[in-house]
Amino acid sequence: MARFALDDDSVVVVIGSGAGGGTLANELCQQGIKVVLLEAGKRYTLDDFVNDEWEMFFKLSWLDKRIATGSWRIARDFPNLPAWICKTVGGTTVHWAGASLRFQPHEFRTKSVYGDIEGANLLDWPLDYDELAPYYAKAERKMGTTRTEDRPGLPGNNNFKVFYHGARRLGYKVVHTGRMSINSRPYDGRPACQQIGFCFQGCKIGAKWSTLYTEIPKAEATGRLDLRTEVQALRIEHDRSGRVTGVVYADAEGQQHFQRARAVCVACNAIETPRLLLNSASNMFPDGLANGSGQVGRNYMRHTTGSVYAVFPQPVRMYRGTTMAGIVTDESRHDPRRGFVGGYELETISLGVPFLAAFLEPGAWGRAYTRKLEQYTHMAGLWIVGEDMPQETNRITLHPEEKDRFGMPIPVVNFDDHPNDIAMREHAYRAGRALYEAAGAVEVYEVPPYPSTHNLGTCRMSVRPEDGVVDRYGRAHEIPNLFISDGSQFTTGGAENPTLTIVALAIRQAEHMVRLMSRGEL
Amino acid sequence: MPKYILDRRRFLRRTGQAVLGLTLGGQVAFFDPDRSWAIVLETLDQAAARALLAMTRTLFPHPALGDEYYAVVVEALDAEAGQDDAVRKLLQDGVARLDRARQLAFADLSPGTRTQVLREMEDEPFFQKVRSATVFHFYNNKLVWRHFGYEGSSWEFGGYLRRGFQDLGWLPDPPPEASPAPYFG
Ligand SMILES: Cc1cc2nc3c(=O)[nH]c(=O)nc-3n(C[C@H](O)[C@H](O)[C@H](O)COP(=O)(O)OP(=O)(O)OC[C@H]3O[C@@H](n4cnc5c(N)ncnc54)[C@H](O)[C@@H]3O)c2cc1C
Ligand code: SF4
Repeated sequence: MARFALDDDSVVVVIGSGAGGGTLANELCQQGIKVVLLEAGKRYTLDDFVNDEWEMFFKLSWLDKRIATGSWRIARDFPNLPAWICKTVGGTTVHWAGASLRFQPHEFRTKSVYGDIEGANLLDWPLDYDELAPYYAKAERKMGTTRTEDRPGLPGNNNFKVFYHGARRLGYKVVHTGRMSINSRPYDGRPACQQIGFCFQGCKIGAKWSTLYTEIPKAEATGRLDLRTEVQALRIEHDRSGRVTGVVYADAEGQQHFQRARAVCVACNAIETPRLLLNSASNMFPDGLANGSGQVGRNYMRHTTGSVYAVFPQPVRMYRGTTMAGIVTDESRHDPRRGFVGGYELETISLGVPFLAAFLEPGAWGRAYTRKLEQYTHMAGLWIVGEDMPQETNRITLHPEEKDRFGMPIPVVNFDDHPNDIAMREHAYRAGRALYEAAGAVEVYEVPPYPSTHNLGTCRMSVRPEDGVVDRYGRAHEIPNLFISDGSQFTTGGAENPTLTIVALAIRQAEHMVRLMSRGEL
Repeated sequence: MPKYILDRRRFLRRTGQAVLGLTLGGQVAFFDPDRSWAIVLETLDQAAARALLAMTRTLFPHPALGDEYYAVVVEALDAEAGQDDAVRKLLQDGVARLDRARQLAFADLSPGTRTQVLREMEDEPFFQKVRSATVFHFYNNKLVWRHFGYEGSSWEFGGYLRRGFQDLGWLPDPPPEASPAPYFG
């Protein structure tokens, strides 16, 4: 592995090694660029993974204090855990389920297609589907996404069987085991899925794509990646011309260092990314770096979610096999006759007993609740993921007093559901219930959202600098050598799980950066 | 230091009480004579442990599961109380209120009355603390998983690829377009 000097200003510093940062770092290294990759978490190997929900949660999650405010239910159920994301090499791709869906073309043009929605800060993306399509294809090939090119789908498990029959009886047309970045055949030196069933805990055999054991070792093999683990970026510095010069970070002992850079790319996931920019305020950028528009931290989206679990007269054993084992896409269309704009996907999900006890009905107790848990083997489960409306007041801010152990203000995550989000969630609960009733459910439980797993929009792309933070390549409008490389860039959220789009954008961004460098513009 | 004392002969004493305490070389052991389990209390006293045991059971009652599974939670709370004074105080004050809520010790109340007492304190930090500790420690016990039919770790058995991930027999198999055949290598 390479080691570059702190004063080497020919390196690109990428902050965060997850879907966005891990991919970007590798793409740059492959093109001959030197990269310093800063990652707050530890590096684990497959040997460190265990099939145990809480043990892996504590090993992998970002547990530094965050505060949830606003009227969303998360603020009540999980006031210090607004988001469920990772702090580890590989970021949240260690944890993720693998669902890899492309946005639909109209989802890049929501302002035009949905029109003016009161209270929603909608905007069209500065790029369209056709422009991203080739990068989607590259991302799918990179990640080995099933049901793309010649890669077959995964086999459906018991949870899928129930889901499939309910969906078909209800008349849904597109129901299958989904496009998953989980190997259905050995691919890219990684084995096929063995239906272990702990996808959220880190795939023990590496069948599921994660930057931890794909992008990062590939980048290391080029000799151009300097990965520094257990270091937290605290501030991005700039010079008098307004270009960024490097990153101040703290190592595990709390020692601060300054790494110089020709360009800085921030991929810390959509809470930490704006936190870092806001914490980098200076005389020249008093409201935070790249925040002339005031949009840094705003338009926070987390997808309209919820789950439906149902109990059947006979056993299901939903926990056997892939956690997210199938999808219904029929509801993902935009059809305002349903009482909301945008759409949602239904995807199977499963939790083990430890997580189910915590999430089935947060705060519940008593015999009525324990009776539900005792039906565990007879349960099937699905997750709702739908487009939520960007709102300016849904935002990440810095806490005025409370600081983390490095003296960095902790983030406050404020969120209110938009009426459209509520209408969509209610529709989706009804649909999930109907689906399971069609399959013969004797009881159906509507489960409130988990802490946010999809965090988006807090440094959004826009054509005009006054509407957003970055341009169509993720380059800050105000600072030519600062890039945002994660889901923070999303102008709107789409109905689809975001990671494929994050990866496609990172591939495209790397290509653009190399182009700029070859023209001497970066 | 022993965490669980499972030696029946040494500790078993039949009495009318459901749960016994015993002093052993300065430490208090807390155990159930019927089931031969015991935990060693480092910080909390027997009365507190007894009230907390009753509380965890009332919060998440599973009639088929014995007190020893709930005692795991009490043990964890005791350990936390030993490390954090604020937690110790929260628990001790909370227990005192539990035991004062009616004219009898909380553990001596009927299940219905216990539920009522707890409902009255649902919004309090003490209640929240014990509730969340129970959700975490009680349901994170591999022995408890068996009761729910949850099989736990599977990778060491090669996952479920050959062990029933598709064994649901009460519905027909979906067509191969929806669910292609598994790959066995
Ligand atoms: C349980 C679960 C299931 C999911 N399933 C799916 C799915 O099926 N499909 C899908 O598309 N998406 C899924 N997701 C979401 C997906 O994981 C994320 O969208 C994706 O990983 C986000 O990529 P990212 O690069 O923005 O951030 P991350 O992958 O979260 O990476 C950010 C990294 O930055 C590091 N970092 C943050 N701040 C700093 C700092 N100041 N200094 C240094 N390092 C820092 C973090 O430690 C982290 O490693 C799931 C998420 C969860 C939690
Ligand atoms: S089900 Fe497949 S992808 Fe998920 S953890 Fe197991 S082997 Fe990995």
